[in-house]
Amino acid sequence: MPVYNESRKNIIRLIFIALFVIIIIRLFTLQVITSKYKILAEDQGMFRKVVYPDRGIIYDRKKNAILQNTNISDLMVTPNKLKGIDTMELCKILDIDTLQFKKKIIELIIKYGRSRPAVFEALLSEEKMAKLNESLYKFAPAFYLQERSVRSFPFDAAANVLGYTAEVDTNFLKKHPGEGYVAGDYAGMTGLERTYEKILMGQRGIEYWKRDNKNRLTERLEKGTYDTTAIAGQNLFTSIDIELQQLGEKLMQNKLGSIVAIDPRTGGILAMVSAPTYHPNYLTGSERRKRFSELFLNPALPLLNRTVSATYSPGSTFKTLQALIGLHESVITTDTRFSCSGAFYGCGSGRPMKCLDFGTFDLRNAITISDNTYFANVMQRVINNPKYPDIDSALTHWDQYMYGFGLGHRLGVDVPSEKTGNIPTPAYFNKVYGKGKWNFCNFRSVSIGQGEVDVTPLQVANEMAYIANKGWYYIPHVVDSIEGGDHFDLLNKYHKKIRPTFIPDSIFEAVHDGMQGVVDRGTGAGAKIKDIVICGKTGTVENYYRGVKQQNHSFFCGFAPRDNPRIAIMCVVENSGHFGGTYAAPIVGLMIEKYLKDSITDKARLDRLDQLTKLNLMPPRIFIELRKQDSMRHSKDSAYLFAKGYIKSIRDTVGIDEDQIDKEELEKAKKDKSDNDKPEKDTLIKQNAILLNDKKNNHLADSIKGKRQH
Amino acid sequence: MYEKRTLVTNNKDWVLIWLYIIIALIGLVCIFSVEYKVDDDFFKSIIGFKKNYSKQFIYLIVCFVLATFILLMDSKFFTATPNLLYVFGILLMMATFVVGKAVNGSRSWIPLGFMNLQPVETCKIFTALALAKYLSRPETDFTKTKAQLTASGICFLPVLFSLLQNETGLALVYFTFLLPMYREGFPPVYLILGASLGILLVVTLLFPTFQLIIALSAIALITSYFLRKKIKREKAILVVIASAWALSTLFVGVAVPFIFKHVFQKYQADRIFSMVGRDNPFVEQNTGSISPTAQIEKTNKADKENYNVKQSKIAIGSGGVFGKGFLKGTQTQGDFVPEQHTDFIFTSLGENFGFVGCTFLMLLYLGLLLRIVFIAERQRSTFTRVYAYSVAAIIFFHVAINICMTIGLAPVIGITLPLMSYGGSSLFTFTILIFILVRLDADRQMVLR
Repeated sequence: MPVYNESRKNIIRLIFIALFVIIIIRLFTLQVITSKYKILAEDQGMFRKVVYPDRGIIYDRKKNAILQNTNISDLMVTPNKLKGIDTMELCKILDIDTLQFKKKIIELIIKYGRSRPAVFEALLSEEKMAKLNESLYKFAPAFYLQERSVRSFPFDAAANVLGYTAEVDTNFLKKHPGEGYVAGDYAGMTGLERTYEKILMGQRGIEYWKRDNKNRLTERLEKGTYDTTAIAGQNLFTSIDIELQQLGEKLMQNKLGSIVAIDPRTGGILAMVSAPTYHPNYLTGSERRKRFSELFLNPALPLLNRTVSATYSPGSTFKTLQALIGLHESVITTDTRFSCSGAFYGCGSGRPMKCLDFGTFDLRNAITISDNTYFANVMQRVINNPKYPDIDSALTHWDQYMYGFGLGHRLGVDVPSEKTGNIPTPAYFNKVYGKGKWNFCNFRSVSIGQGEVDVTPLQVANEMAYIANKGWYYIPHVVDSIEGGDHFDLLNKYHKKIRPTFIPDSIFEAVHDGMQGVVDRGTGAGAKIKDIVICGKTGTVENYYRGVKQQNHSFFCGFAPRDNPRIAIMCVVENSGHFGGTYAAPIVGLMIEKYLKDSITDKARLDRLDQLTKLNLMPPRIFIELRKQDSMRHSKDSAYLFAKGYIKSIRDTVGIDEDQIDKEELEKAKKDKSDNDKPEKDTLIKQNAILLNDKKNNHLADSIKGKRQH
Repeated sequence: MYEKRTLVTNNKDWVLIWLYIIIALIGLVCIFSVEYKVDDDFFKSIIGFKKNYSKQFIYLIVCFVLATFILLMDSKFFTATPNLLYVFGILLMMATFVVGKAVNGSRSWIPLGFMNLQPVETCKIFTALALAKYLSRPETDFTKTKAQLTASGICFLPVLFSLLQNETGLALVYFTFLLPMYREGFPPVYLILGASLGILLVVTLLFPTFQLIIALSAIALITSYFLRKKIKREKAILVVIASAWALSTLFVGVAVPFIFKHVFQKYQADRIFSMVGRDNPFVEQNTGSISPTAQIEKTNKADKENYNVKQSKIAIGSGGVFGKGFLKGTQTQGDFVPEQHTDFIFTSLGENFGFVGCTFLMLLYLGLLLRIVFIAERQRSTFTRVYAYSVAAIIFFHVAINICMTIGLAPVIGITLPLMSYGGSSLFTFTILIFILVRLDADRQMVLR
């Protein structure tokens, strides 16, 4: 045993210690310094399970639930437990063949793995549910049902007001960062569901689960100490009268148009009918996607909420406001008379504006018989009032009144996609005609609610509330209160009375007189109801679609009763032809009767109701377009449609960014102006009522010639 | 004196025995934490012997019997029979080619009914004894090349069979016999050369080439600075340092990339890198003539090993300073680490008990090793000393490689963590190794031959 080797024991010891030190240093960096592995471990070993609370319920003014939740089941499958299951029987129940079954299972295995439960069929129909419930034990444990909360509409009405929820898309996620949405979540896309999303969605709960290597959830982390419970969404109480809403939807069947009814005392919207509409329950079940694209492609635009998103020329309903301005500006008195000898000659004899009833009228009668000449004269006096230095300031002044009446800007209703409408401004005319190169005669048709003025049905109804209240209104709104308090201050603005300009009651009384005359003995006699004094105004609106003159829109607006008005209402029936009194007035009459008397019992009235319900006023172009679509669908698949640009893109929102389009139009109008600088100075821009696709093809140079106003 | 010797407990090294017991119990706890699920009925599974931890518990009881039996034996038995046992071991290894059972792709197991025996494992004991016997022979002069070659032959014969059985990892263990041989006078050059080649290879796999070259140059400069007086006297040292530096730089910077780019197929290179949990940095090369399906298969295997190391690092790294607490490890409970109860048992400790727990275990192992070295050095007989060093070397190699592979410092080769990993074969081997040493040490006053 050589002695000199003994020192080698220290070298061996050193080797041992050195390596152990290296290991400990490495462990120190891994476990103490680096945080990367902790994050990775949390990512894969823990699962934040989001617990979805029930969405809030929406009630109408009589506390009926008009939008609530029901449970629908998803059929879940765990692929690795599939052995020994009678696939044939299951396929029969689910109405698929075994090949599809296999394909689906393979898809799920690729997506989620063998041992994780996945949705085999989402949102089972009631029929399948019933069949499955009976025989589910045969398919257990591979298959089981998982309940899911789905929105349901007990009255199957007010689809356009309440809106729908849909899976959020990437766009939505980009717009709402940090609000806790993840792909696959549902959020309100239109209507109240969208406006009050924050309130309805409630507060999500989070459960922390441990997860294993096959992505299965095994148990709660720390027995649920870190979990937060889900808090259900707050309920909404609305001013909607669901029976009135249903009646309105019934009356508007097979018509294009809308009805808006407001309680003038509160600004609460009683009914908001946009026709055609759809069955809201259609968009909740498993067929949602298919049905949605059907609705989306329908040329009658059932998804569009016409009450706020469609704009029309107000037609003669505008005259009531002209009267208010005229009287308040003292350019006329109630006794001022103008005579109609067949047309308005205030702008020379070149292109006169016709009037129908010959004679001489004071203000009340002029409203009652809707005399064009009278109001052309009134507006001419307002605009040419020597009180104002030039036409710019005069028109600006006139605009101020109109803005005060709630026109030309968004009212701020709690239903999304509201449009501004349009009130012509001096700036606009300066752009079109050049500064100082225009006068009242360029826009004289505005005086009778044609031409450059555009309003939404909601604005008209609100203007009625304003007149009914003699000078003030609340911003129209659907939601009155929120159960448990308004934590986001969404309702504050609806509780402020808006009184734009002080106009004395006597002026309103005169206008009321005229409007009462409309229903009692004038153009709106169709709205008459026994025992109730109704003030109203008809409107017959000329309009163009792709430059082609269409049948007139029928307008009627009013309020009732005259003393202490409880309902302000407007109705428009698009392209109905005839006069405002023909269709819109009786519809409004029935609505008012229903609301004020709670029911319609009279036999004759019920017959009238039935007759109006059955009436089909759908413009023929809708059918033509439908047929065109059908034949295209038959011949080619939708890929073709996409290629042709026929279907632009189906998005889950029908928000229309109209500001941008307006700008485009303005640019185009400018161009048109310089292109054909014709002597005809009253070349006008006519905005059409609706229709997304046609926005760009809008024919911009429609002149208005002979007007027949009622 | 005579009466005292009859007692089993007398004259035994209790420090070593206690270290053994503590480590084995920690192992049992770790295996339990890997397998235990909340809804398990604890007593039922203990009695049922269905679970790995209950089986390991039985193995520990068997070990207790085994240890007592060894301690009751006469130490002369171990000095008398090594050659016989060695031959027996070699025969056992040969037998695997006849009656072997394939487990995880290597035919190295002999089924015994109640358990599977892995002769490569058991043969370590016999080799250690045989080496001790050879070196302690009075006629052996270990300064002679012939003796050195014979000793090497004894150590490396099992390697041959091991490689034939496709058990590369276990074959490497036998290289640790260089350590006791070095203690007995084997020229250190071989040890240094072997070790530095191994270290260089591993670091080349682990770190980018550029960093390595800088590090090597720094080491060369620092060494020459410390040896500057010696260099003044003898210029040859500078030449040695310079050539060592040049060689290792060439190895790291040219040879390894060249081999990975041109000698190995892409999948082979991928697989080697995946063993340390890294992606292949030398990817820009054509894939060669291998068939696509085979390539996918190979890549899958590489992915799997890559996955193992990554999961193992995640589990240990997420433990933090104090760990997540017993049975609270999400990675362990979620079965994310493959082979966690055997080769990767250390991850369960790392996750549940954190850096503190890991360091504690490392200190226990270091204590065990240093205690064995201490025991070795107090022997009068060369036989016990060589044997003790062999035991230390084997344990050291297992611990170091196993833990290094769980933390991504060494390639994944199937090597167990002594006394901790689940499995009878490994546990029995280390028990026998250690208790033979305890038995021999009890007779340290005698000169055993």
